[in-house]
Amino acid sequence: MITRITRLGRRGCDLVEALGRAGMFLGQSLVGRPSGEGVKLWLRQMHFIGVLSLAIILVSGLFIGMVLALQGYTILVDFGAEDALGQMVSLSLLRELAPVVAALLFAGRAGSALTAEIGLMKATEQLSSMEMIGVDPLKRVVAPRLWAGFVSLPLLTVGFSVIGIWGGHLVGVEWLGVYEGSYWGNMQASVDFVDDIGNGMLKSLVFALVVTWIAVFQGYDLVPTSEGISRATTRTVVYSSLAVLGLDFVLTALMFGEMG
Amino acid sequence: MDDSPLVVVEGLRFSRGDREIFRGVDMTIPRGKITAIMGPSGSGKTTLLKLIGGQLTPDAGRVMIDGEDIHAQSRKKLFTLRRRMGMLFQSGALFSDLSVFENVAFPLRVHTDLPEAMIRDVVLMKLEAVGLRGARELMPAELSGGMARRVALARALALDPELIFYDEPFVGQDPISMGVLVQLIRRVNDALGLTAVVVSHDIKETLSIADYVYVIADGKVMAHGTPESLNVDQDPRVSQFMHGEPDGPVPFHYPADDFHKDMLNAGVKR
Repeated sequence: MITRITRLGRRGCDLVEALGRAGMFLGQSLVGRPSGEGVKLWLRQMHFIGVLSLAIILVSGLFIGMVLALQGYTILVDFGAEDALGQMVSLSLLRELAPVVAALLFAGRAGSALTAEIGLMKATEQLSSMEMIGVDPLKRVVAPRLWAGFVSLPLLTVGFSVIGIWGGHLVGVEWLGVYEGSYWGNMQASVDFVDDIGNGMLKSLVFALVVTWIAVFQGYDLVPTSEGISRATTRTVVYSSLAVLGLDFVLTALMFGEMG
Repeated sequence: MDDSPLVVVEGLRFSRGDREIFRGVDMTIPRGKITAIMGPSGSGKTTLLKLIGGQLTPDAGRVMIDGEDIHAQSRKKLFTLRRRMGMLFQSGALFSDLSVFENVAFPLRVHTDLPEAMIRDVVLMKLEAVGLRGARELMPAELSGGMARRVALARALALDPELIFYDEPFVGQDPISMGVLVQLIRRVNDALGLTAVVVSHDIKETLSIADYVYVIADGKVMAHGTPESLNVDQDPRVSQFMHGEPDGPVPFHYPADDFHKDMLNAGVKR
């Protein structure tokens, strides 16, 4: 019994300690003046993290938009309300699906890659040797990746929404025959720029922070063995997915909780 | 030349988890000499280098480099201090996304404002010194282990450090590249007047280039002296290590139950 309590206490301490390490890590990486070299490194990471994730994000967005329109139509048509399809597709994408699904895909595609890359750099002593050369790996390796993640996920989310709405149009209007004017018209009338688009982007920004932070920290903090790398990569995907879904509930409650 | 020691280690204690790795290590590393730190595998030699380089923080004791306590420095000051040090890692630790040329140029690019032409000259000089000027366009993945280590040496020397650490420079090398490395380390030291610390358990090679030797075991300095004096040391542990005898005071077997009993217990749950 006593040992169990001790173990619980130790686990609690370890957790708090890890959170503290992760916080210090984030602070030390982000504080600092941007330099020309830093911008170049950031652009390179934008390519790896952002541009190369475009394909998976856009294809998923297209299919999610198409499925939404198909499912929505079969329900709405029973009530003769298929004119509201545009509203339904756009609101569910902008408020919920685009930020969440894009963040989950991003965690799987870019987050795991970040963890593995930084972890391998640690295992092959590249981070240590950078330190001994007198270059801070937090500034040189970690910071450009963090910033690239922060910027690219919200942009990818925009792409996800846009192509999803287009996919909904493809199925709803072109295939199922919803009147084009009501698809776009209802959408225009019901989507509010601040409440819907703004809040969706805010969500996406929070997810970007959390997912990238988890991915990069897991890579930097792992045990430098092949087993350690595989565990850390798994942890990145699991922790970021849980964090995204949990935070999504909290944010939704805060943003849309009292909306009538 | 200033003849105060460059590095002084005092009462260093360090543990990892529950395992105590160092229990009070004292060491002085003289300027302009090659000092070897030797000891069996797992005695924490690499950890000691990381402690001296300020990558790990000791539980107690301190490391003075040129009169400055390296663990009392701010992160910024520490990185400035590290520009005066070079380190050759066991694996080479070349940056895998940069070519050989760019690897050697890396410290120059980040710490100096030299024009491109000058960087090129310096890099080619360093690569020529390790005999790999012709390999400048290769990527680290295309190099053999020995070549990677020589490139890493060129990179460690790029900023002309005062103090250079070699972490197991001879491990896993074929006899030819081993010979090349031994010669290179000695030659570089004589030509540039560096202070070098070599961590190794390759006795013959290390003794042939070291000016002074520390032997560590069980978290302590077991013996120290010139290579000649250690070779004739009467302490049985020192002589076992120096002459490479398989069994002696340092046992061949990892601590275990009685062998006979252990075999009979096969399959019985304990």
